[in-house]
Parts: sequence; structure tokens; C-alpha cells
Amino acid sequence: MEIVLAPFAWVGRRGIGVLAAVGRVTIFAVSAILKALSPPFYPERFVAQLFAIGWLSLPVVGLTAAFTGAALAQQIYVGGQRFNAESTVPAVTVIALVRELGPVLAALMVAGRVASAMAAELGTMRVTEQIDALSTLRTDPVRYLIGPRLFAGTLVLPALVLVANVIGVLGGYALATARLGFNVANYLATTRQYLEVSDVVSSLVKAAVFGFIVALMGCYHGFHSRGGAEGVGRATTDAVVSSFVLILLFNLMITVLAFGTR
Amino acid sequence: MTPRIELRDVWKAFGSKQVLAGVNLKVAPGESLVIIGGSGTGKSVTLKCVLGLLRPDRGRVLIDGVETSSLTGRALERHRSRFGMLFQGGALFDSLPVWRNVAFPLTRGRGGGGADMRARAEENLALVGLGPEVADLRPSELSGGMQKRVALARAIAARPEIMFFDEPTTGLDPIMADVINDLIVDLVRELKVTAVTITHDLVSARKIADRVAMLYQGRIIWDGAKDRLYSTGNPYVQQFVEGRAEGPIRMPLRTGAIDREADDLATLLEARDGRR
Repeated sequence: MEIVLAPFAWVGRRGIGVLAAVGRVTIFAVSAILKALSPPFYPERFVAQLFAIGWLSLPVVGLTAAFTGAALAQQIYVGGQRFNAESTVPAVTVIALVRELGPVLAALMVAGRVASAMAAELGTMRVTEQIDALSTLRTDPVRYLIGPRLFAGTLVLPALVLVANVIGVLGGYALATARLGFNVANYLATTRQYLEVSDVVSSLVKAAVFGFIVALMGCYHGFHSRGGAEGVGRATTDAVVSSFVLILLFNLMITVLAFGTR
Repeated sequence: MTPRIELRDVWKAFGSKQVLAGVNLKVAPGESLVIIGGSGTGKSVTLKCVLGLLRPDRGRVLIDGVETSSLTGRALERHRSRFGMLFQGGALFDSLPVWRNVAFPLTRGRGGGGADMRARAEENLALVGLGPEVADLRPSELSGGMQKRVALARAIAARPEIMFFDEPTTGLDPIMADVINDLIVDLVRELKVTAVTITHDLVSARKIADRVAMLYQGRIIWDGAKDRLYSTGNPYVQQFVEGRAEGPIRMPLRTGAIDREADDLATLLEARDGRR
């Protein structure tokens, strides 16, 4: 009998475990936001995080966008040839980039860079009692450490994604005009013609959500890490993996909500 | 006289691990108490319960006779403003330069107050024997002993009434350890604070303490003046201060041994309390 029930018990335990984790993260997020919205504020910490998350991510995000935009243009051209639709390259490239690949790829790159760094930094602060020290020095660790990171992540990712979108389109443009024989003047005109305001808005909404996810996962896992160096390592891995999964999950949900009506 | 700090039957468990099992302790104003005990006997947890970093499962923590273990928000902040804590590893903020660390209790993390705060930071650095040349260094650029001193400067910067020192000499060479001991003795005297130090360094304990208490298995099993430390007649204290592997205290290698040991201890404590 026990052997029969074992798989169900396992599924149940896992299910409850996931629900409990979702609950813990939600409580952490809500209480962090509430605290971060009340003074004292730490504008210097916020600006430092803007710099760390946004500015320092520009090179890697720009490169990713340029390569992806170019590869996308090439693939759409090859695919389009099959039904004589090579001319759709500018339109499809910009839509795919702005709606999906720009925000998702930028967020994944930032997650790799930033969620891991946040988890490692906060985890080390936890292990070396720096977080306890903040409390004894009458500084709320959540307001001081987590608030600025959450706000900076949420606000800076849209800017980063905007840059990624532009660079991605330019990557496609460069490849299409250099290799595929597109007209230099027409390509960008066509791109602009097919791009709608709603595409850009949804791109920025996605970016803000992803930015929040990255900062939240980095903070949550770092803040709650325990067990010395090994625990910090685990927190870093968990922060990156959970950011990736949540970014892709929320991307799907936003896509279905924003574009799902046929 | 009302004790500055009083713990009454404080209990704290983490999961199934009972760390504090009824701690009773009093510290008089201006007194320097040293709590000795092996690793993992709950010394740090005791301090964290008094600071309000941890909430006891049971029991009371009184500061000047006022219950503090259930404080939250602003009241908890006010409570903490009376304490300065030297953490075991220093716990300096490695994202900030030394002087910002030392000024942290005054700025509470906000920028600004530049020249004035810097002057006050340098003043406190001078109290622990460090010159202004270290002010712009990062904590990671300092040696262990220097980090401890900077941490000490930070702990005293807001002139707390009560100081806690968590293993102040651990990881330091004997000379640097003695420098830190001297600093603690001087600061306690000059700033007229009540001090609680936890350590397993007996040289340090003898130098710093007015009174010594020994924590074992989550309880204070002995306390008294430091001169009596070597003639207590308590087999546990005796084994600890003589540093012998054989005796009533056994290192936790097997769980069975610990249970038996706990029974022995209970008998001993009953005998002691019965005598009173």
C-alpha cells in the first residue's frame, strides 16, 4: 500500500513545498515594498544600484541585442523565401525584437549579471553578520539594502530594454543591407511603419516586471542565505535559476494577456 | 539596585535544537561581565536575544527593569540605540570606506554631513589607536586586528551605555589580542559603559572581567568574581578553565553521550540549587 501511495505523497510534498516558497517570496516582496515606500530613503544607494544594474549591463545587453537582431533578420529572410515573403524582414524583425526578444534577452542577461551578484553580496553580508550589524546600528536592512535594489531594478530595466530594442533593430538592419540586398533608406522606414505604440508599451511593461523579478530573486535568496560559503553559493545559483524561470513564465503570461486576443 | 541587564529564564530553540534552556543572568550598571563557554553553547544567541535580533521563545529580557523582548518598530530602535556591539568578524560594511563605517551609527547609512562626520569618525579612530590615514581605506584592505579596531571604533561612535563584545580576540595573534583587551578595558573605564563579553579565551576573560559566568548547554552553570574562576569546585568550570579533554564536558561526537551528559548536568544543577 505504501509503495502505491509513495508517488502521490512525493507529488504532494513537492506541491506544498512550491506553494510555501511562493508564499514566502510574496510576503517578502510585499513587506519589502511597503517598507521601501516609507522613510528613511537612501537616494545614494538607489543611484549606486541604477549604475550597477543599468549602466554596467549596457555592453553585454547591447552585444546580445545586436547579434540576435542580425541572426533574426537572416532567419526571417531564409524562412520568408519559402513563400516569396523576403520583404517582411524589417517588419517581422522589429515586432519579434520589441515584443519578445528584446525584453526577454536583456532580462536574462541582467539576471545572469545582477541577480547572482546581489545574492552573493547580500549572502556574504548575512554570513559575516553585516546584516545584524545594520540592525544594531538602527538601520533597517530591508530599507537600506533591498528597497534601493528593487526600485532600481524595476526602473532601469525599461531603459535598458529600450536600448536593446534599438540596437537589435540596427543589428538586423546592418545584416539585411550588407548581405541580403535591402535598401538602406527603405529598411528603417518600413521598420517604423510597422512598429506600433502598443508594441513599445508592452515591451517596457515586460521590462519593468522582469527588472523587479531579477532584483527580488537576488535579494530574497541573498537575504535568506545561511550555512557559510556553501550557502552563499547555493543562494547565487537559486537566484539566477529562479530569475530565469520566472522571467520566462511572466513573459508568457504578459504575452498571452497583451496579445492573446485573436 | 536594579540591574542594567537581567535575563529571566530565557529559552530559545532553532528547529529541534534547544540552544538556550533557561538562562538567568544579571549585570549591574558599570560592571564588566564575561560569559565563557565552548563553541555552540548559545553565547551569541544570548547577546542577540538582549539586542532584539532574536526573540526568545520564553522568558524575559529586562533593561533597567523594563521588559524589552517584545519591542518592535521605533521602540525597538530606541532600545538598540543604547547598545554598541562588536561582532566576531568585525562585520564592517565592505562597500563603504573605513570612515563611513565608523560614522555609520551617526549617519545611519545616509550620505552627507561630509566633513563633520569625517572628523567625528577620525576622533573615534584615534580612540582605538588608528590614525586618519586609514580613513579612506576599504575594510578588505585591513588586517584582522585593524578590522577589529575599526569595528570597535564604530561600536563606540554613538557612545552607547552598554557594550557587547562577541569573541573580541578570536583569530588574532596573542599580541594583537592583548592590544584589543587593553582597548576594551580602557574604553569600558573611560566611557563608563556596562560591558558583556563572550569569549572562550581565558586570558582575555581574566583581563576584561569583573565577574565571569559560564554558559553550558543553554544555562548559566556558574557565575562569580573572576578571582574565583580557578577555584570554583564546579567540575564543568574546572575542566573548561584547565582545558582538559577528559571530564564531565564531552565534545558532541555521539548523540548518546550528550544525553547522558545532560542527565549528569541536571543532577549537578539540582544539587547546586538545592544547596541555596
